[in-house]
This record gives sequence, C-alpha cells and structure tokens, in this order.
Amino acid sequence: MTPEQLSQIGADEAAARASAPQRLYVCMAAGCISSSSDAVKKSLEAAVAERGLKGTCPVTGVGCMGLCSRGPLVSAEPAGILYQDVSPGDAGEIVQSLSGEPVARLQCSRDLPFFKRQVGVVLENSGRIDPERLEDYVAAQGYEGLVQALTEMSPAEVIEQVSRSGLRGRGGAGYPTGLKWSTVAKAQAATKYVVCNADEGDPGAFMDRSVLESDPQRVLEGMIIAGYAVGASRGYIYVRAEYPLAITRLNVAIRQAKHHGLLGTQIANTEFAFDIELRLGAGAFVCGEETALIASIEGGRGTPRPRPPYPAQAGLYGAPTLINNVETFANIPAIIRKGGDWYAAMGTARSKGTKVFALTGKINCTGLIEVPMGMSLREIIFEVGGGVPEGRKFKAVQTGGPSGGCIPEQFLDMPVDYDSLAQAGSIMGSGGMIVMDDSSCMVDVAKYFMEFCMSESCGKCIPCRAGTAQMYDLLAKISEGRAGMGDLEMLENLCDMVKNTSLCGLGQSAPNPVLSTLRYFRDEYLAHIQEKRCPAGVCAIKQEANA
Amino acid sequence: MNPAAPDVKTLRIDGVDVSARADQTVLEAAREKGLSIPTLCHLDGLSDVGACRLCLVEVKGTSKLMPACVTRVEEGMEVTTQSDRLLKYRRMILELLFAERNHVCSVCVANGHCDLQWLGQAHGLTHVQFPYRYPKLSVDASHMRFAVDHNRCILCTRCVRVCDEVEGAHTWDVMGRGIESSVITDLQQPWGESDTCTSCGKCVQVCPTGALFEKGRARSVVKDRDFLPYLAMMREGKR
Amino acid sequence: MPIALGKLSPPSDDKRWKIVGATMRRHGFSRNALIETLHTVQQSFGFLDRPSLQYVAQSLRVPLSKAFGVATFYHYFSLKPPGQHTCVVCLGTACYIKGAPQLLGEVEQSLGIAPGETTPDGRVSVLTARCVGSCSLAPVALFDGEVAARLSAKDMQGRLHKWVSA
Repeated sequence: MTPEQLSQIGADEAAARASAPQRLYVCMAAGCISSSSDAVKKSLEAAVAERGLKGTCPVTGVGCMGLCSRGPLVSAEPAGILYQDVSPGDAGEIVQSLSGEPVARLQCSRDLPFFKRQVGVVLENSGRIDPERLEDYVAAQGYEGLVQALTEMSPAEVIEQVSRSGLRGRGGAGYPTGLKWSTVAKAQAATKYVVCNADEGDPGAFMDRSVLESDPQRVLEGMIIAGYAVGASRGYIYVRAEYPLAITRLNVAIRQAKHHGLLGTQIANTEFAFDIELRLGAGAFVCGEETALIASIEGGRGTPRPRPPYPAQAGLYGAPTLINNVETFANIPAIIRKGGDWYAAMGTARSKGTKVFALTGKINCTGLIEVPMGMSLREIIFEVGGGVPEGRKFKAVQTGGPSGGCIPEQFLDMPVDYDSLAQAGSIMGSGGMIVMDDSSCMVDVAKYFMEFCMSESCGKCIPCRAGTAQMYDLLAKISEGRAGMGDLEMLENLCDMVKNTSLCGLGQSAPNPVLSTLRYFRDEYLAHIQEKRCPAGVCAIKQEANA
Repeated sequence: MNPAAPDVKTLRIDGVDVSARADQTVLEAAREKGLSIPTLCHLDGLSDVGACRLCLVEVKGTSKLMPACVTRVEEGMEVTTQSDRLLKYRRMILELLFAERNHVCSVCVANGHCDLQWLGQAHGLTHVQFPYRYPKLSVDASHMRFAVDHNRCILCTRCVRVCDEVEGAHTWDVMGRGIESSVITDLQQPWGESDTCTSCGKCVQVCPTGALFEKGRARSVVKDRDFLPYLAMMREGKR
Repeated sequence: MPIALGKLSPPSDDKRWKIVGATMRRHGFSRNALIETLHTVQQSFGFLDRPSLQYVAQSLRVPLSKAFGVATFYHYFSLKPPGQHTCVVCLGTACYIKGAPQLLGEVEQSLGIAPGETTPDGRVSVLTARCVGSCSLAPVALFDGEVAARLSAKDMQGRLHKWVSA
C-alpha cells in the first residue's frame, strides 16, 4: 500500500463518521464480555434497528474502557456519555435517550478522577476503536508513524527517537529500549528477528491482554517499526494460549495488515519487507524470561540458559533477536509520530512517559489505567482507584507479581517509577497493582507467591528448584504456627542464597515477596512463630501448635 | 607470554596470573593452572548448561556471581574462586541436593564413587540443615544391564547430554518441571522397553551419583571412571 | 530407513488427524513446530495421549523423550482426558486475596476431588489457572470456558450441582 492509499482509508473513515456522528460503543474486552456485554450489544443493535436508526447510529464493539468493575460499559458518542452496569434490558432506554437527556440511572461520570487523572498513550485508542477493523485504527492516525519511519527516516534516526524518548522496557526490568534496539541493529547477521513477549504471566496483571484485545494494530505497527530499525524481516508474537480473545484479534489484525500491504513485501511502497507470526505459549511463567521464551518458540522446554550471549547477539535460531513486551511496542507508534522529546516530557528524570497498571484487589475502581510515571501511590490508589472499599484500612500494595514485593503505607507518597519502587524493595514489574487491606495476612501472601515460584520453577538450576521448595515448606510451617525462630533464620539464609545463585530472573527474584514482607511486616511473622497466632485471622494455626 | 597474540587473554584467578585462549572458559583456564573449582553438571566433552551453580565465582567489577563453566575469559579479569560467601553458598547448594531426594551413602551402590559424596566431604559437610524431603520415587530395573534409581538423581542432565550429543540416541530427557522434574527414557516408558536405547552404557558412566548403575556388579566397579577422559577426547576429535 | 515427511500414518483413521497433519505441513514438518502441533492435537482431541505424542514426535523427527518432556513441561497440555465439563478456578493474586481458596474448598467439598482431578464418573474436571486476566472481576472461575465473575462459594456450589445432577 502506498502512503496515499493509507491516508485515503483514513479520509474515507472520517467521512463515514461525519455522515453518522451518533454511535454507540460497547466494551467488548474480556472483562465486560464476562459480564455479558455481548448480550448488551445484541439488544442495542435490535433497539437501534427497531427505531429505524440502523444507518445513522451504528453499534460498535470496542476495546477496554478501563473501569472493568462497573462493566458492562456503553458509551454514547459523540457526547461521550458513559453508562455502567448496563443490562440487555436497558437497551431501549439508552437508544431513546440519544435524542434527549442521558439515562441518569445508568450514567457514570466522566469527571471521576479515575478518568480525569489518566493520560492515554498506549491506551489512546482503547475503548474508542473497533479492534477488529484496521480502518478504525488508521482513522486514529494509525500507521502514520510507520509510514513516516519508512519514508522519511533512516533506521538510525528511528532508534535515535526511541533513545531520546527515554522509554524503558515495560516488561519489568526497565532496560532502556533505545539501547536494546541499537545493540541488535549493530549486530552483523543476514537474519534477525523481532519478538513480542505477550506471555503476560504475573498473576494479577492484565495490561498486555487489554492492549492486544483493544488495539492490536498498534502492537503490530510497533513491531514493524522495530523490524525496520534493527534490520529484521520477521517477527513473532509469543502470546499466552490462555488469552483466546487476544489471539483471535491478533489473527484478524495480522490478516488485515497483510491484506492492506502493511505486512509482507514493499511496505508503504518501499523496499522494506516484514512478516509477523503468532506462537502460542502453553502455560509456563518462566517463558517470560527471554532465553526461555526463545527455547519455547523453537519448540522446546522453556528453560532459560546462562547469558551471555544475550539474545541481542544470539537469540532465536541463533540469530540476533530483539525482544520487547507488548506495552513497549505499543508505545512506539506515538513516539515516532510525535517525537522522542514529546514522550520524554512526561514522567520523571529516569522513568519517562506513561505506564499502564492493572488496578485490582481491595480497591473500589478496579480496572486498567494509564498514568504518567512519577504519580504517587497515594494518588493512584486513593484518587484514581477510589480507595479501599467497605471502610477497611489500607495495608499494602503488591507490585511486580512474584518477582516484586509488598509496599506498606509509609511509602504511599513515593512516586511510582523504576528506581523508587526498587528502593522500597519491590519492582515496577509489568504493571500489576494488587491492593490489600487489613484482612490480608502477609505471611500468607508470601506463601502464596512462593508456591507460585515453586511450581513455575523450570527445575534446571538447583537453588531455584530445591530452594523454592524448602522456602515454601518453611513458610507453610510458619503460617501453621509450627515454626521456631531457627526456621526464620533458615528462611532468610535461603532467600539470600537463592537470590544470588539462581540461573535466571525467576529464581533471582523469587525471594522478593518474602524479603519485602519480612522487612515491613516482620511483626506478623513473629506473631505466627512466637504467639502461634495469625493477626489477620487468615492462617489456620494447627491445634497441636497451641497445646 | 606473548601480548601480541590477540587470541590470548591474561587474567588473575585467586591472585595467580593465568593466560588462556580467548575461547576458553574461566573453569578451563583455572583447571589448566591446577586451581580447583567444584562442578557437578559440567563434564569435559559435553555441552555446558550452567545448572548446578557450584562453579559460581566472583568477578571483580560485577556484583553478579558468574558460572565459571560458561564464562569466557577476558583480558584483565580478576576472578575469586574461594571466598567465605562462595563457600557458604556451595555448602548450601550441596545441602539442598542432599535434602531433595534420598542420598543415604551407606546403602548406595555408588558409595565411594559418588561426585556428590566427594563434594560433600570436600566442603566439610557433616550435617544437612534442611529437612529431608524424601519423596518416594521409583526404581526402574527393567533394562537388561542397567537400572535407574530416581531417588539418587540430582538432575544434572549429564545422561541426557551424553545420550544426545555423543551416542546420538536421545533416549533420555527431562519431564515435568521444578521440584517435580525427573529424567525419562522415551515416552516415560520402562527403560527396558525403549526402542531408542542402544545399551551403550555411557549414561551410566557419566552419572555422578548412584542414580544410574550397572546391575549385578560388585560395588567397587559399578562406575567405570576410566571412561571419562576418553569422552572428552572423542568430542575433541569430532569438533 | 528415512521416513518421507508426512508419510507416517496417524494412530487412527479419525478425521481430526487431518487437522493435525495440516498444522505440521504448514510448518514444513519442522522440529520447531512441536508445540504448535501439540496445541492442535489438544484442541482437536481434548488431551494428548502416548500414541498421539509418538505420532507427532516421529512425524517431526523429534526424539520421543523430548516430545514427552515438552508435553509435561507446559501446564496447558493435559495427558489425561478431560471430564464432560471443566471448571477452572483462577488462582491469580487478585482472586486469591478475594476468596479463591474458599472456592477451591467448596469444589473439594461438593465433588470430593482436588484440582487436576476428574470425578470418577467422568462428569467434571477441576483445574486451576495461574491468572486468566479477569482480575477486576475477582474471584473468577471458568465453567466450560465461560468466565463467571465475583463468585461466592455458594455460586460455585450451585453451578457444580447443576452439572452433577444434570
């Protein structure tokens, strides 16, 4: 496709919208679908047809609108009136209201801090476009960045913009993206690969799932730009088999991009060629680790191997390979379109731009948010998230999943960025934020994560394989009131050893949930050990322990 | 020493000046100089996996511990192979292995011929602080000449690699994951029913413990350790 | 004797093997296609058994032990036939702190089976998931693939009862 054809698609789409300004958006992301938003969509379609509005008020399934806890969500455009907890029976009333006052009983204010405080970059199209139509994406400036990169910029200039943006890897470790790209670009090889890590495995995190379900073309565009920048002509998306809707929409997106000449040969009328294939994960958290992910794409057991060599030098099939996660790629189109400096103007000194978080647990507004880096935890949890429900007391927020930690109240005013979170004993991770109130026991939470690491350990290296099992047994002993102070010392020794000797990031970070809860909630451990008592009343203390 | 030769690197290991070829690992360079670094999963002649973590060493300039078996020598590198911290970790790794399955030396066929036992002795391991897990695992004696006792297996995967890389049969692999992992023959069928096994016995010879052993032989000869140097030579020839 | 690619006969004349064969052909019978092919087998037959693993391994020239190692490494693959109905309880962090353990307790009480097991009559299989990504609706479970949101132990009991008594 030529750049002219692309802008024609955008113009046609804009004209279609101008001729039918009224439309109803129904959230068709996984959260709302499980609250039966598909039935809501059907009855809205019926209500529109009944009133003879079929040609003038289309009902469109769109991606995630963010406030998942109030789903199913419906938005009446162009006014942008948001309706929450919509049931199929409400359809007639909503359609009726298009020519009059909004349905007050269902209305959800757009003035909520949940919406007001957000900044959309990765999620700019989320909930606003039909994820299964390439035309929708193009009308929202989609693929402008790609055309610009291919026709006006050299690969080095593309990397320069990414470096300037200060973007750091959104998968968790925060490695500078520009640096990674330039390493792969410099590698001398006839074949290189671009891999998108969509094996989102942190329990309590669904950022990548939402992006893939809401705006899949954006991820493809980011990957194609990356391919051009590093000199690769083939890309793989490694996506969890547990995300069937994301897989379906990615397949649709790839097919449409191919059809429109945005994948394949002579992209945007240039010599550049790039193709993308899906590879399904099969339920192994460790495959989020780069070398394990590569082993899995190659069809083997997802066990990590020692680095170096890094995938940027020798990755998939031995070729230099660029691996970034979904959110990282999803940032790229906007960075190229608006420039690295625009992106770098958001965020803090060392953590630029925005970050998508999945806000869950004991919090009023659960859902998906995107905020500038550096917003404080207090603002995120108590303003955007609306605080802890049922008048209970905030206790801790867990970030970074099984590799992260629990952050207590005293750090609520800390800015959320890579370095501050690390200082507080946690990590940014991929963006899961699970809020806990005083009904959660921290020993139990540590045990939960250790069970996770134990059963997700690949078993290759001894510290992680046998060490997590021993640590889990010790935590179970503590939670049941069967442990002594010697067990606590043994646990701390094991944490130190497993952290420093494990082969890959899974083992090296497996002790983090224990270390952070020991650091801030040591009294809870002591209560279980010395008083044989669980302060939160969660753990089942064994009777004989009390005797 | 010839500083002009580009493929020779000079480094210091435990304060000793060492020169090595650029393609050598820290482990190779140290052993050529007579410095010992403990290993379990490494075996000359087989590919390295960096799994047992016993050969971790300290390298000046990085806080990360590096596995000597897969870390290439670099010019000016300063390596420490013995420190209180390293010794503590090595002891704990050995203890984790002893506690993981069942390693009662006195009743083991490999008593006196076992790498794990030697390493335990060399590290002054008199007791194991961790609770023994004692999973009740099976013994497969279906093969005519050999047997596998999973209770003694430390999952070093030497058998898997020798069978794949030297014999070319790939009868062995690992199934499951984490603490539930175990070595298998073919589709986890009895060893004696394996169609791919050539009964060459290499797996038995490279096994560092009493997990794989030859049936019906006197204890002192269940392992033919003389075989091991030839393994490396054969591999060198193949390269 | 070298076997010509794609000439191995499948374990049975079941039509579904054609779909499996198509996946392997699409990937040029490459060894790297092992996981993709196992996905197709599981999708078509509901689980992987030894004859199917042997067929796939030999067709792709993957050692048998390697194929078995891969099939047992990934928790998404099952070597046992599933029950008529499947209930997957999510054990993601959000679900865990919002009551997933109570849901599992209810399953054990109602059906007398632990996660990973199938009732003796083959009616219901119970599995756990690491996280299904519906964290904002926690706690959730999947009943034959449909997400049920904000479940209580009582809801769980009701849904299982429907399956068992049907």
